Amino acid sequence: MADEPLVLGIETSCDETGVGIVRGHTLLADAIASSVDAHARFGGVVPEVASRAHLEAMVPTIERALRDAGVAARDLDAVAVTAGPGLSGALLVGVSAAKAYAYALGKPLYGVNHLASHIAVDQLEHGALPEPTMALLVSGGHSSLLMSADITSDVRPLGATIDDAAGEAFDKVARVLGLGFPGGPFIDKAAREGDPAAIRFPRGLTGPRDPLYDFSFSGLKTSVARWVEARRAAGEDVPVADVAASFQESVADVLTRKAVRACRDNGVGHLMIGGGVAANSRLRAMAERRCEDAGIVLRVPRPKLCTDNGAMVAALGAEMVARGRAASDWELSADSSLPVTETHVPGHEHAPGHGHDHVHELAKDNLYS
Amino acid sequence: MDTATPAVTVALHDGDPASPALAASHQVDARRHGELLLPAVDRVLAGAGRGLGELTGVVVGVGPGPYTGLRVGLVTAEVLGMTLGIPVYGLCTLDGIAYATGGDVDGPFVVATDARRKEVYWARYADARTRLTEPAVDRPADLAEQVAGLPAAGAGAELYPEVFPDARPPAHPPAAALAALAAERLAAGAELLPPRPLYLRRPDAQVPAAYKAVTPR
Ligand SMILES: [Zn+2]
Repeated sequence: MADEPLVLGIETSCDETGVGIVRGHTLLADAIASSVDAHARFGGVVPEVASRAHLEAMVPTIERALRDAGVAARDLDAVAVTAGPGLSGALLVGVSAAKAYAYALGKPLYGVNHLASHIAVDQLEHGALPEPTMALLVSGGHSSLLMSADITSDVRPLGATIDDAAGEAFDKVARVLGLGFPGGPFIDKAAREGDPAAIRFPRGLTGPRDPLYDFSFSGLKTSVARWVEARRAAGEDVPVADVAASFQESVADVLTRKAVRACRDNGVGHLMIGGGVAANSRLRAMAERRCEDAGIVLRVPRPKLCTDNGAMVAALGAEMVARGRAASDWELSADSSLPVTETHVPGHEHAPGHGHDHVHELAKDNLYS
Repeated sequence: MDTATPAVTVALHDGDPASPALAASHQVDARRHGELLLPAVDRVLAGAGRGLGELTGVVVGVGPGPYTGLRVGLVTAEVLGMTLGIPVYGLCTLDGIAYATGGDVDGPFVVATDARRKEVYWARYADARTRLTEPAVDRPADLAEQVAGLPAAGAGAELYPEVFPDARPPAHPPAAALAALAAERLAAGAELLPPRPLYLRRPDAQVPAAYKAVTPR
Protein backbone atom coordinates (compact mmCIF):
# COMPACT_ATOMS: atom_id res chain seq x y z
CA MET A 1 0.00 0.00 0.00
CA ALA A 2 1.37 3.36 -1.00
CA ASP A 3 0.29 5.04 2.24
CA GLU A 4 2.47 2.76 4.38
CA PRO A 5 5.53 4.53 5.74
CA LEU A 6 8.59 4.62 3.49
CA VAL A 7 11.63 4.43 5.77
CA LEU A 8 15.38 4.17 5.27
CA GLY A 9 17.32 2.37 8.02
CA ILE A 10 21.03 2.53 8.83
CA GLU A 11 22.81 -0.17 10.84
CA THR A 12 26.46 0.06 11.98
CA SER A 13 26.50 -1.66 15.38
CA CYS A 14 29.18 -4.19 14.45
CA ASP A 15 31.04 -5.01 11.23
CA GLU A 16 28.26 -4.64 8.63
CA THR A 17 27.39 -1.27 7.13
CA GLY A 18 23.73 -1.85 6.33
CA VAL A 19 21.27 0.49 4.63
CA GLY A 20 17.77 -0.83 4.01
CA ILE A 21 14.59 0.70 2.69
CA VAL A 22 11.11 -0.61 3.44
CA ARG A 23 7.55 0.45 2.79
CA GLY A 24 5.57 -0.81 5.75
CA HIS A 25 6.16 -4.57 5.73
CA THR A 26 7.63 -4.63 2.23
CA LEU A 27 11.37 -4.87 1.68
CA LEU A 28 12.56 -2.56 -1.09
CA ALA A 29 16.35 -2.55 -0.60
CA ASP A 30 18.89 -4.25 1.64
CA ALA A 31 22.35 -2.89 0.80
CA ILE A 32 25.27 -4.23 2.83
CA ALA A 33 28.99 -3.55 2.91
CA SER A 34 30.80 -5.94 5.20
CA SER A 35 34.26 -5.60 6.70
CA VAL A 36 34.24 -9.24 7.80
CA ASP A 37 37.23 -10.13 5.63
CA ALA A 38 39.30 -7.43 7.32
CA HIS A 39 38.58 -9.08 10.68
CA ALA A 40 39.07 -12.69 9.66
CA ARG A 41 42.78 -12.76 10.35
CA PHE A 42 42.15 -11.43 13.86
CA GLY A 43 39.62 -14.15 14.61
CA GLY A 44 37.10 -11.57 15.82
CA VAL A 45 35.72 -8.12 15.05
CA VAL A 46 38.27 -5.35 15.68
CA PRO A 47 36.31 -2.22 16.66
CA GLU A 48 38.60 0.36 15.07
CA VAL A 49 38.81 -1.61 11.83
CA ALA A 50 35.00 -1.78 11.77
CA SER A 51 34.59 1.95 12.45
CA ARG A 52 37.00 2.91 9.67
CA ALA A 53 35.17 0.65 7.24
CA HIS A 54 31.78 2.15 8.19
CA LEU A 55 33.02 5.66 7.38
CA GLU A 56 34.25 4.57 3.95
CA ALA A 57 31.14 2.58 3.10
CA MET A 58 28.43 4.90 4.42
CA VAL A 59 27.70 7.22 1.48
CA PRO A 60 28.10 4.57 -1.25
CA THR A 61 25.83 2.18 0.67
CA ILE A 62 23.09 4.80 1.12
CA GLU A 63 23.28 5.59 -2.60
CA ARG A 64 23.12 1.91 -3.52
CA ALA A 65 20.06 1.32 -1.32
CA LEU A 66 18.20 4.22 -2.95
CA ARG A 67 19.06 2.89 -6.41
CA ASP A 68 18.03 -0.67 -5.52
CA ALA A 69 14.72 0.54 -4.09
CA GLY A 70 14.07 2.91 -6.97
CA VAL A 71 12.80 5.61 -4.65
CA ALA A 72 13.76 9.26 -4.30
CA ALA A 73 15.22 10.40 -0.98
CA ARG A 74 12.67 13.19 -0.73
CA ASP A 75 9.83 10.65 -0.71
CA LEU A 76 11.10 9.01 2.50
CA ASP A 77 8.84 9.44 5.53
CA ALA A 78 11.63 8.92 8.07
CA VAL A 79 15.21 7.86 8.65
CA ALA A 80 15.88 5.18 11.29
CA VAL A 81 19.22 4.21 12.76
CA THR A 82 20.60 1.74 15.28
CA ALA A 83 21.26 3.82 18.42
CA GLY A 84 22.51 0.76 20.37
CA PRO A 85 23.54 -1.63 21.72
CA GLY A 86 26.77 -2.29 19.83
CA LEU A 87 30.35 -1.08 19.41
CA SER A 88 30.32 2.59 20.40
CA GLY A 89 32.68 3.91 17.72
CA ALA A 90 30.89 1.93 15.04
CA LEU A 91 27.43 3.05 16.20
CA LEU A 92 28.56 6.67 16.18
CA VAL A 93 29.30 6.62 12.44
CA GLY A 94 25.78 5.42 11.66
CA VAL A 95 24.08 7.75 14.13
CA SER A 96 25.99 10.77 12.80
CA ALA A 97 25.20 9.82 9.21
CA ALA A 98 21.51 9.29 9.96
CA LYS A 99 21.23 12.61 11.75
CA ALA A 100 22.84 14.51 8.87
CA TYR A 101 20.66 12.68 6.36
CA ALA A 102 17.38 13.21 8.20
CA TYR A 103 18.28 16.82 8.89
CA ALA A 104 19.21 17.59 5.29
CA LEU A 105 16.01 15.96 4.04
CA GLY A 106 13.83 17.57 6.70
CA LYS A 107 12.54 14.15 7.84
CA PRO A 108 12.02 12.71 11.33
CA LEU A 109 14.85 10.65 12.82
CA TYR A 110 14.27 7.46 14.84
CA GLY A 111 17.11 6.05 16.93
CA VAL A 112 16.06 2.43 17.48
CA ASN A 113 17.21 -0.61 19.43
CA HIS A 114 19.29 -3.16 17.55
CA LEU A 115 17.71 -6.16 19.31
CA ALA A 116 14.15 -5.00 18.71
CA SER A 117 15.13 -4.50 15.06
CA HIS A 118 16.21 -8.15 14.83
CA ILE A 119 12.64 -9.06 15.84
CA ALA A 120 10.87 -6.46 13.69
CA VAL A 121 12.63 -7.65 10.53
CA ASP A 122 10.38 -10.70 10.49
CA GLN A 123 7.51 -8.44 9.42
CA LEU A 124 9.26 -8.17 6.06
CA GLU A 125 9.17 -11.96 5.73
CA HIS A 126 5.96 -13.12 7.40
CA GLY A 127 3.84 -9.98 7.84
CA ALA A 128 2.67 -8.33 11.04
CA LEU A 129 4.20 -9.80 14.20
CA PRO A 130 1.69 -11.63 16.39
CA GLU A 131 1.33 -9.98 19.80
CA PRO A 132 2.83 -11.29 21.90
CA THR A 133 5.76 -12.89 20.11
CA MET A 134 8.59 -14.83 21.73
CA ALA A 135 11.97 -14.09 20.15
CA LEU A 136 15.18 -16.06 20.38
CA LEU A 137 18.06 -13.87 19.18
CA VAL A 138 21.33 -15.67 18.67
CA SER A 139 24.45 -14.25 17.04
CA GLY A 140 28.09 -13.47 17.69
CA GLY A 141 26.99 -10.55 19.83
CA HIS A 142 23.76 -11.69 21.50
CA SER A 143 21.93 -14.68 22.93
CA SER A 144 18.61 -13.52 24.32
CA LEU A 145 15.09 -14.72 24.90
CA LEU A 146 12.73 -11.78 24.58
CA MET A 147 8.98 -11.46 24.80
CA SER A 148 7.36 -8.62 22.92
CA ALA A 149 3.78 -7.48 23.19
CA ASP A 150 4.42 -4.45 20.96
CA ILE A 151 7.70 -4.21 19.10
CA THR A 152 7.67 -0.40 19.25
CA SER A 153 7.23 -0.12 23.00
CA ASP A 154 7.21 -3.37 24.94
CA VAL A 155 10.12 -5.80 24.79
CA ARG A 156 10.88 -7.80 27.93
CA PRO A 157 14.04 -9.81 28.49
CA LEU A 158 13.34 -13.28 29.88
CA GLY A 159 16.86 -14.63 29.65
CA ALA A 160 20.29 -14.06 28.17
CA THR A 161 23.70 -15.61 28.10
CA ILE A 162 25.67 -15.32 31.33
CA ASP A 163 29.01 -15.63 29.51
CA ASP A 164 29.67 -16.08 25.76
CA ALA A 165 27.18 -15.36 23.00
CA ALA A 166 26.21 -18.48 21.01
CA GLY A 167 27.96 -17.15 17.91
CA GLU A 168 31.16 -16.61 19.88
CA ALA A 169 31.12 -20.25 20.88
CA PHE A 170 30.86 -21.17 17.19
CA ASP A 171 33.83 -18.91 16.41
CA LYS A 172 35.95 -20.37 19.19
CA VAL A 173 35.15 -23.98 18.40
CA ALA A 174 35.86 -23.32 14.72
CA ARG A 175 39.22 -21.97 15.80
CA VAL A 176 39.96 -25.03 17.92
CA LEU A 177 39.12 -27.22 14.93
CA GLY A 178 41.20 -25.10 12.54
CA LEU A 179 38.16 -23.99 10.52
CA GLY A 180 37.55 -20.39 9.34
CA PHE A 181 35.99 -17.19 10.70
CA PRO A 182 33.17 -16.52 11.29
CA GLY A 183 32.76 -20.01 12.65
CA GLY A 184 29.02 -20.57 12.14
CA PRO A 185 28.93 -21.50 8.44
CA PHE A 186 32.10 -23.61 8.72
CA ILE A 187 30.81 -25.62 11.68
CA ASP A 188 27.44 -26.07 9.98
CA LYS A 189 29.13 -27.41 6.83
CA ALA A 190 31.54 -29.71 8.68
CA ALA A 191 28.71 -31.03 10.86
CA ARG A 192 26.78 -32.31 7.83
CA GLU A 193 29.24 -35.18 7.52
CA GLY A 194 29.31 -35.87 11.25
CA ASP A 195 27.36 -37.78 13.88
CA PRO A 196 25.59 -35.42 16.34
CA ALA A 197 25.47 -38.20 18.93
CA ALA A 198 29.15 -39.12 18.64
CA ILE A 199 30.19 -37.11 21.69
CA ARG A 200 27.91 -36.01 24.51
CA PHE A 201 28.98 -32.42 25.19
CA PRO A 202 27.41 -30.64 28.19
CA ARG A 203 24.14 -28.68 27.97
CA GLY A 204 24.77 -25.41 29.83
CA LEU A 205 22.32 -24.26 32.54
CA THR A 206 19.86 -27.11 32.08
CA GLY A 207 20.05 -28.49 35.63
CA PRO A 208 16.96 -28.48 37.87
CA ARG A 209 18.14 -25.48 39.85
CA ASP A 210 19.57 -23.47 36.94
CA PRO A 211 17.83 -20.31 35.69
CA LEU A 212 15.15 -21.42 33.24
CA TYR A 213 15.80 -19.03 30.39
CA ASP A 214 19.45 -18.02 30.73
CA PHE A 215 22.21 -19.51 28.61
CA SER A 216 25.86 -20.42 29.12
CA PHE A 217 28.19 -21.48 26.33
CA SER A 218 31.55 -20.99 27.98
CA GLY A 219 31.62 -24.43 29.64
CA LEU A 220 30.62 -26.09 26.37
CA LYS A 221 33.37 -24.30 24.48
CA THR A 222 35.96 -25.35 27.06
CA SER A 223 34.69 -28.90 27.06
CA VAL A 224 35.05 -29.14 23.27
CA ALA A 225 38.57 -27.70 23.46
CA ARG A 226 39.59 -30.18 26.16
CA TRP A 227 38.17 -33.08 24.20
CA VAL A 228 40.05 -32.06 21.05
CA GLU A 229 43.29 -31.41 22.91
CA ALA A 230 43.12 -34.79 24.61
CA ARG A 231 42.87 -36.49 21.19
CA ARG A 232 45.76 -34.47 19.86
CA ALA A 233 47.86 -35.16 22.98
CA ALA A 234 47.24 -38.89 22.48
CA GLY A 235 48.45 -38.57 18.91
CA GLU A 236 45.01 -39.43 17.51
CA ASP A 237 43.23 -37.81 14.58
CA VAL A 238 40.47 -35.40 15.56
CA PRO A 239 37.13 -36.39 14.01
CA VAL A 240 36.32 -32.81 12.98
CA ALA A 241 32.89 -33.59 11.53
CA ASP A 242 31.75 -35.49 14.62
CA VAL A 243 33.02 -32.78 16.97
CA ALA A 244 31.30 -30.06 14.91
CA ALA A 245 28.03 -32.01 14.76
CA SER A 246 28.08 -32.87 18.47
CA PHE A 247 28.90 -29.30 19.49
CA GLN A 248 26.18 -27.90 17.22
CA GLU A 249 23.73 -30.45 18.63
CA SER A 250 24.38 -29.22 22.16
CA VAL A 251 23.86 -25.55 21.20
CA ALA A 252 20.69 -26.24 19.20
CA ASP A 253 19.31 -28.49 21.94
CA VAL A 254 19.71 -25.89 24.69
CA LEU A 255 18.46 -22.98 22.61
CA THR A 256 15.33 -24.67 21.32
CA ARG A 257 14.53 -26.38 24.61
CA LYS A 258 14.59 -23.08 26.50
CA ALA A 259 12.76 -21.13 23.80
CA VAL A 260 9.91 -23.66 23.63
CA ARG A 261 9.77 -23.75 27.41
CA ALA A 262 9.48 -19.95 27.51
CA CYS A 263 6.61 -20.04 25.01
CA ARG A 264 4.77 -22.68 27.02
CA ASP A 265 5.30 -21.01 30.40
CA ASN A 266 4.07 -17.66 29.10
CA GLY A 267 1.27 -18.90 26.89
CA VAL A 268 2.88 -17.52 23.74
CA GLY A 269 1.95 -19.27 20.51
CA HIS A 270 4.61 -17.78 18.20
CA LEU A 271 8.38 -18.08 18.27
CA MET A 272 10.67 -16.08 16.00
CA ILE A 273 14.38 -16.81 15.74
CA GLY A 274 16.77 -14.10 14.57
CA GLY A 275 20.47 -13.26 14.58
CA GLY A 276 23.26 -14.82 12.55
CA VAL A 277 23.07 -18.20 14.30
CA ALA A 278 19.45 -18.53 13.10
CA ALA A 279 21.02 -19.48 9.76
CA ASN A 280 22.32 -22.69 11.36
CA SER A 281 20.61 -25.61 9.64
CA ARG A 282 20.50 -27.86 12.71
CA LEU A 283 19.01 -25.10 14.89
CA ARG A 284 16.32 -24.49 12.26
CA ALA A 285 15.48 -28.18 11.89
CA MET A 286 15.32 -28.81 15.61
CA ALA A 287 13.24 -25.68 16.22
CA GLU A 288 10.80 -26.74 13.52
CA ARG A 289 10.31 -30.17 15.04
CA ARG A 290 10.00 -29.02 18.64
CA CYS A 291 7.67 -26.13 17.81
CA GLU A 292 5.45 -28.45 15.82
CA ASP A 293 5.32 -30.89 18.72
CA ALA A 294 4.41 -28.06 21.09
CA GLY A 295 1.83 -26.46 18.79
CA ILE A 296 3.91 -23.29 18.40
CA VAL A 297 4.12 -21.38 15.12
CA LEU A 298 7.77 -20.85 14.19
CA ARG A 299 8.91 -17.81 12.22
CA VAL A 300 12.49 -17.60 10.97
CA PRO A 301 13.37 -14.94 8.38
CA ARG A 302 15.67 -15.86 5.48
CA PRO A 303 19.35 -15.90 6.52
CA LYS A 304 20.21 -12.55 4.92
CA LEU A 305 17.60 -10.85 7.12
CA CYS A 306 18.79 -12.69 10.25
CA THR A 307 22.32 -11.29 10.17
CA ASP A 308 22.83 -7.58 10.86
CA ASN A 309 21.39 -5.41 8.09
CA GLY A 310 19.78 -2.03 7.47
CA ALA A 311 16.40 -3.43 6.45
CA MET A 312 15.70 -4.57 10.02
CA VAL A 313 16.29 -1.02 11.26
CA ALA A 314 14.04 0.35 8.55
CA ALA A 315 11.39 -2.26 9.46
CA LEU A 316 11.31 -1.14 13.08
CA GLY A 317 11.43 2.52 12.02
CA ALA A 318 8.43 1.99 9.76
CA GLU A 319 6.52 0.45 12.66
CA MET A 320 7.45 3.45 14.85
CA VAL A 321 6.01 5.79 12.21
CA ALA A 322 2.90 3.64 11.71
CA ARG A 323 2.19 3.63 15.45
CA GLY A 324 2.88 7.34 15.88
CA ARG A 325 5.85 6.96 18.25
CA ALA A 326 7.85 10.08 19.13
CA ALA A 327 10.87 10.74 16.94
CA SER A 328 14.38 11.27 18.32
CA ASP A 329 15.95 14.70 18.50
CA TRP A 330 19.20 16.00 16.99
CA GLU A 331 21.07 15.37 20.26
CA LEU A 332 20.55 11.62 19.78
CA SER A 333 23.67 9.80 20.92
CA ALA A 334 24.96 6.31 20.29
CA ASP A 335 24.52 4.14 23.39
CA SER A 336 26.70 1.03 23.32
CA SER A 337 24.73 -0.52 26.19
CA LEU A 338 21.20 0.62 25.32
CA PRO A 339 18.90 -1.67 27.35
CA VAL A 340 16.70 -3.99 25.33
CA THR A 341 13.64 -2.55 27.06
CA GLU A 342 14.31 0.79 25.34
CA THR A 343 12.92 -0.03 21.93
CA HIS A 344 13.78 3.43 20.69
CA VAL A 345 15.21 6.73 21.92
CA PRO A 346 12.48 9.38 21.80
CA GLY A 347 13.46 13.03 21.97
CA HIS A 348 13.28 14.99 25.19
CA GLU A 349 10.07 16.79 25.99
CA HIS A 350 10.19 20.45 25.05
CA ALA A 351 7.83 23.33 25.56
CA PRO A 352 5.44 23.67 22.59
CA GLY A 353 7.02 25.57 19.73
CA HIS A 354 10.57 24.95 20.85
CA GLY A 355 10.86 21.24 20.43
CA HIS A 356 11.45 18.64 17.89
CA ASP A 357 8.79 19.68 15.42
CA HIS A 358 10.17 23.16 15.33
CA VAL A 359 13.60 21.84 14.42
CA HIS A 360 12.20 19.64 11.70
CA GLU A 361 10.18 22.46 10.27
CA LEU A 362 13.28 24.56 10.10
CA ALA A 363 15.21 21.82 8.34
CA LYS A 364 12.40 21.31 5.86
CA ASP A 365 12.34 24.99 5.05
CA ASN A 366 16.06 24.90 4.59
CA LEU A 367 16.01 22.44 1.76
CA TYR A 368 12.68 22.68 0.04
CA SER A 369 11.48 26.24 0.25
CA MET B 1 33.14 22.05 10.61
CA ASP B 2 35.88 20.29 12.51
CA THR B 3 35.69 17.50 15.12
CA ALA B 4 39.31 16.34 15.11
CA THR B 5 40.12 17.95 18.47
CA PRO B 6 38.09 18.27 21.70
CA ALA B 7 36.31 21.19 20.01
CA VAL B 8 33.06 20.75 18.08
CA THR B 9 33.28 23.77 15.85
CA VAL B 10 30.94 24.94 13.09
CA ALA B 11 30.86 28.18 11.12
CA LEU B 12 28.90 29.61 8.21
CA HIS B 13 30.95 31.68 5.76
CA ASP B 14 29.91 33.61 2.66
CA GLY B 15 32.98 32.56 0.68
CA ASP B 16 34.60 35.99 0.52
CA PRO B 17 38.11 35.39 1.96
CA ALA B 18 38.13 38.91 3.37
CA SER B 19 34.87 38.64 5.33
CA PRO B 20 34.33 37.18 8.79
CA ALA B 21 32.05 34.23 9.44
CA LEU B 22 28.30 34.92 9.32
CA ALA B 23 27.77 32.76 12.42
CA ALA B 24 29.82 30.29 14.41
CA SER B 25 29.55 27.77 17.24
CA HIS B 26 32.51 26.51 19.24
CA GLN B 27 32.03 23.98 22.03
CA VAL B 28 34.81 22.08 23.78
CA ASP B 29 33.72 18.65 25.02
CA ALA B 30 35.84 15.71 23.90
CA ARG B 31 33.22 13.11 24.77
CA ARG B 32 30.12 14.49 23.07
CA HIS B 33 31.05 15.20 19.45
CA GLY B 34 28.23 12.99 18.21
CA GLU B 35 25.59 14.76 20.25
CA LEU B 36 26.80 18.33 19.73
CA LEU B 37 27.62 18.57 16.04
CA LEU B 38 24.24 18.54 14.32
CA PRO B 39 22.51 20.88 16.81
CA ALA B 40 25.47 23.23 16.25
CA VAL B 41 24.94 23.14 12.48
CA ASP B 42 21.27 23.93 13.02
CA ARG B 43 22.06 26.75 15.44
CA VAL B 44 24.62 28.34 13.14
CA LEU B 45 22.24 28.33 10.18
CA ALA B 46 19.42 29.71 12.29
CA GLY B 47 21.73 32.35 13.82
CA ALA B 48 22.63 33.62 10.36
CA GLY B 49 19.04 33.34 9.15
CA ARG B 50 20.16 31.11 6.30
CA GLY B 51 18.73 27.87 4.96
CA LEU B 52 20.53 24.59 4.38
CA GLY B 53 19.52 24.77 0.73
CA GLU B 54 21.63 27.93 0.30
CA LEU B 55 24.89 26.10 1.05
CA THR B 56 27.25 25.77 -1.91
CA GLY B 57 29.93 23.67 -0.22
CA VAL B 58 31.01 22.01 3.00
CA VAL B 59 34.53 22.23 4.42
CA VAL B 60 35.55 19.62 6.98
CA GLY B 61 38.71 19.17 9.03
CA VAL B 62 40.24 15.80 8.12
CA GLY B 63 42.48 15.63 11.17
CA PRO B 64 44.85 14.29 12.20
CA GLY B 65 42.82 13.62 15.33
CA PRO B 66 41.58 10.91 17.66
CA TYR B 67 39.48 8.69 15.46
CA THR B 68 36.08 8.47 17.06
CA GLY B 69 35.42 12.20 17.15
CA LEU B 70 37.12 12.82 13.82
CA ARG B 71 34.70 10.49 12.04
CA VAL B 72 31.65 12.38 13.36
CA GLY B 73 32.61 15.48 11.37
CA LEU B 74 33.65 13.57 8.26
CA VAL B 75 30.54 11.43 7.95
CA THR B 76 28.28 14.40 8.72
CA ALA B 77 29.97 16.51 6.05
CA GLU B 78 29.89 13.70 3.50
CA VAL B 79 26.21 12.93 4.03
CA LEU B 80 25.27 16.62 3.90
CA GLY B 81 27.24 16.96 0.66
CA MET B 82 25.59 13.88 -0.85
CA THR B 83 22.08 14.94 0.13
CA LEU B 84 22.39 18.59 -0.87
CA GLY B 85 24.37 17.78 -4.01
CA ILE B 86 27.24 20.11 -3.11
CA PRO B 87 31.02 19.52 -2.94
CA VAL B 88 32.74 18.50 0.31
CA TYR B 89 36.29 19.78 0.81
CA GLY B 90 38.83 18.48 3.28
CA LEU B 91 41.38 20.65 5.07
CA CYS B 92 44.11 19.57 7.44
CA THR B 93 42.97 20.45 10.96
CA LEU B 94 46.45 21.70 11.83
CA ASP B 95 46.22 24.17 8.89
CA GLY B 96 43.06 25.60 10.45
CA ILE B 97 44.90 26.27 13.71
CA ALA B 98 47.85 27.76 11.83
CA TYR B 99 45.58 30.06 9.84
CA ALA B 100 43.83 31.15 13.03
CA THR B 101 47.10 32.43 14.50
CA GLY B 102 46.70 35.21 11.91
CA GLY B 103 49.48 37.75 12.06
CA ASP B 104 50.15 37.07 15.74
CA VAL B 105 53.22 34.91 15.12
CA ASP B 106 56.22 36.27 13.24
CA GLY B 107 58.25 33.77 11.29
CA PRO B 108 58.17 29.99 11.46
CA PHE B 109 56.14 28.17 14.09
CA VAL B 110 54.73 24.78 15.01
CA VAL B 111 51.17 23.52 15.44
CA ALA B 112 50.69 20.64 17.85
CA THR B 113 47.46 18.99 18.99
CA ASP B 114 46.83 16.29 21.60
CA ALA B 115 47.14 12.82 20.06
CA ARG B 116 46.61 11.16 23.48
CA ARG B 117 48.87 8.31 24.60
CA LYS B 118 51.51 10.93 25.43
CA GLU B 119 51.92 11.90 21.78
CA VAL B 120 51.11 14.96 19.66
CA TYR B 121 49.97 15.47 16.09
CA TRP B 122 52.16 18.22 14.69
CA ALA B 123 53.56 20.06 11.68
CA ARG B 124 55.89 23.01 11.05
CA TYR B 125 54.74 26.20 9.31
CA ALA B 126 56.60 29.02 7.56
CA ASP B 127 53.64 31.31 8.16
CA ALA B 128 49.89 31.09 8.82
CA ARG B 129 49.21 29.82 5.29
CA THR B 130 52.25 27.68 4.53
CA ARG B 131 52.88 24.26 6.01
CA LEU B 132 56.45 22.97 5.66
CA THR B 133 56.09 19.35 6.84
CA GLU B 134 53.57 16.55 6.50
CA PRO B 135 51.39 16.11 9.59
CA ALA B 136 52.97 13.53 11.88
CA VAL B 137 52.40 11.86 15.25
CA ASP B 138 55.28 11.69 17.71
CA ARG B 139 56.25 11.81 21.36
CA PRO B 140 56.99 15.43 22.32
CA ALA B 141 60.41 14.58 23.72
CA ASP B 142 61.45 13.19 20.33
CA LEU B 143 60.64 16.57 18.71
CA ALA B 144 62.58 18.78 21.08
CA GLU B 145 65.41 19.45 18.64
CA GLN B 146 63.20 20.04 15.59
CA VAL B 147 60.96 22.55 17.35
CA ALA B 148 63.52 24.25 19.60
CA GLY B 149 63.05 28.00 19.76
CA LEU B 150 59.81 27.98 17.73
CA PRO B 151 56.49 29.32 19.01
CA ALA B 152 53.77 26.66 18.98
CA ALA B 153 49.99 26.87 18.63
CA GLY B 154 47.46 24.18 19.55
CA ALA B 155 46.49 22.32 22.71
CA GLY B 156 49.42 19.94 22.24
CA ALA B 157 51.79 22.82 22.91
CA GLU B 158 49.98 23.76 26.12
CA LEU B 159 50.19 20.15 27.30
CA TYR B 160 53.97 19.85 26.97
CA PRO B 161 55.52 23.17 28.06
CA GLU B 162 58.94 21.58 28.50
CA VAL B 163 59.08 20.97 24.73
CA PHE B 164 56.94 23.96 23.66
CA PRO B 165 57.78 26.77 26.12
CA ASP B 166 56.31 29.46 23.81
CA ALA B 167 52.67 28.33 23.47
CA ARG B 168 50.28 30.52 21.50
CA PRO B 169 46.53 30.46 20.88
CA PRO B 170 44.35 29.01 19.58
CA ALA B 171 44.19 25.66 21.35
CA HIS B 172 41.68 24.27 18.88
CA PRO B 173 40.80 25.06 15.25
CA PRO B 174 38.00 27.62 14.94
CA ALA B 175 35.72 26.51 12.09
CA ALA B 176 35.62 30.11 10.91
CA ALA B 177 39.35 29.86 10.16
CA LEU B 178 38.88 26.63 8.21
CA ALA B 179 36.10 28.22 6.18
CA ALA B 180 38.10 31.37 5.45
CA LEU B 181 41.21 29.38 4.52
CA ALA B 182 39.18 27.16 2.19
CA ALA B 183 37.56 30.23 0.61
CA GLU B 184 41.00 31.73 0.08
CA ARG B 185 42.41 28.57 -1.50
CA LEU B 186 39.37 28.00 -3.70
CA ALA B 187 39.47 31.63 -4.87
CA ALA B 188 43.14 31.08 -5.81
CA GLY B 189 42.20 27.98 -7.77
CA ALA B 190 44.02 25.64 -5.38
CA GLU B 191 42.97 22.04 -4.86
CA LEU B 192 41.65 21.04 -1.45
CA LEU B 193 41.90 17.58 0.07
CA PRO B 194 39.25 14.90 -0.36
CA PRO B 195 37.18 14.44 2.83
CA ARG B 196 39.15 11.39 3.98
CA PRO B 197 40.50 11.02 7.52
CA LEU B 198 44.17 11.48 8.38
CA TYR B 199 44.52 8.78 11.02
CA LEU B 200 48.34 8.59 10.98
CA ARG B 201 48.16 5.44 13.08
CA ARG B 202 47.27 1.89 12.24
CA PRO B 203 44.17 0.58 14.01
CA ASP B 204 44.82 -1.00 17.38
CA ALA B 205 44.40 -4.61 16.53
CA GLN B 206 46.49 -7.38 17.79
CA VAL B 207 46.38 -10.66 15.97
CA PRO B 208 45.62 -13.09 18.77
CA ALA B 209 48.50 -15.45 19.51
CA ALA B 210 48.12 -18.97 18.18
CA TYR B 211 45.15 -20.68 19.78
CA LYS B 212 45.84 -21.11 23.48
CA ALA B 213 45.43 -24.49 25.05
CA VAL B 214 42.94 -24.59 27.93
CA THR B 215 44.10 -27.93 29.31
CA PRO B 216 46.63 -27.41 32.09
CA ARG B 217 49.89 -29.14 31.33
ZN1 LIG C 1 22.77 -8.20 15.70
